[in-house]
Amino acid sequence: MEFFELAIGSIFINNIILAQFLGICPFIGTSKKMETAVGMSMAVVFVMVMAGMITWSVDTFLLKALNVEYLRTLSFILVIASLVQFVEMFLKKSIPGLYAGLGIFLPLITTNCAVMGTCLLNIGNEYDFTKALVSAFSYALGFGLALILFAGVRERVNLGRVPKPLQDTSIGLVTAGIIALTFTSFRGMV
Amino acid sequence: MAQSLAKEFTKGLWAEIPPFRLVLGLCPTLAVTKTVENGIGMGLATTFVLVFSNLLVSLLRNTIPPKVRIACYIVIIATFVTIVELVMQAFTYPLFLKLGIFIPLIVVNCIVLGRAEAFASKNTPVLSVADGLGIGIGFTLSLASLGAVRELIGSGTITIWGGNPVFAVGDWYQPFSFMVEAPGAFVALGLMLAGMNLIGKK
Repeated sequence: MEFFELAIGSIFINNIILAQFLGICPFIGTSKKMETAVGMSMAVVFVMVMAGMITWSVDTFLLKALNVEYLRTLSFILVIASLVQFVEMFLKKSIPGLYAGLGIFLPLITTNCAVMGTCLLNIGNEYDFTKALVSAFSYALGFGLALILFAGVRERVNLGRVPKPLQDTSIGLVTAGIIALTFTSFRGMV
Repeated sequence: MAQSLAKEFTKGLWAEIPPFRLVLGLCPTLAVTKTVENGIGMGLATTFVLVFSNLLVSLLRNTIPPKVRIACYIVIIATFVTIVELVMQAFTYPLFLKLGIFIPLIVVNCIVLGRAEAFASKNTPVLSVADGLGIGIGFTLSLASLGAVRELIGSGTITIWGGNPVFAVGDWYQPFSFMVEAPGAFVALGLMLAGMNLIGKK
């Protein structure tokens, strides 16, 4: 039950994009087409779960054990960057089908602050390993949900006649604001 | 020399001001601009990282092998972010708490990496510092103005520094709290971007 509440809370109420403002760049950048949005969401789920597990282990068994917590920022970004590189090489060699789908999105994930943000939030909330895993997975699902919803709306909006100064990013942000407003109604669900 | 120095500095203040002209670094822009104070704090922290990472990347631009340059830039940036984190924890603790995880997240701010890659890796240290300073101050101004709009409409106050409002509208004003919450951030930034497009278009 505890895990269920955590999962619902992370997907809907504290949605990583619409409530915590993490990962806005890929949210705006890859939402013009539904296909790219789906690809990005899958890549994020994959990397975020792995990054969540590895950074938690690094923090607990390395940084806390050696009393060097001030190296957290530096070590987390290195772990995430090398993880992304490693996942890319592994997929290219072993699962070419998946690589063809996720390929171009993987390098972008290194600078996706949602991944690093989730890892830092897990540590900040002092979650144990299972909780960190559940929260990373549900934040990633929330990311995918918001991105795919937004891509669907945005495809429609771009067909309409938008005034020139409002075109593209500007109307996109206003649309995102309205979606965020609907997500605030999930408050009080848990 | 002096002319190009001034040019690199001022382009960050108008022609390429982030996040309006250079649409990067949206996460901290949306997240911390509930008050002007948070915006200024975040902007100054980012400026510090930008200036010093630009300087170091530019000094090492002939030493870093091109194949591993991104990894090297990230290590340089992460070092300065850690410095900012420790300094803010020591001297401006209340602000550090308010900005929360967005201080360590300067490391993945696309503006910083973008300037290292697009400018500092190709130009002299002096020009790179001017570029970093210009972009950083431009970013601070943007955050402060977005913060001013959101705080004024959302809470009816303006807080520049230290947690006490320097200006309050008065009791007659019913704060429109939508603006200080998450959806208001998106809408306010979207409309300000539209306003900038309107001014910029010939």
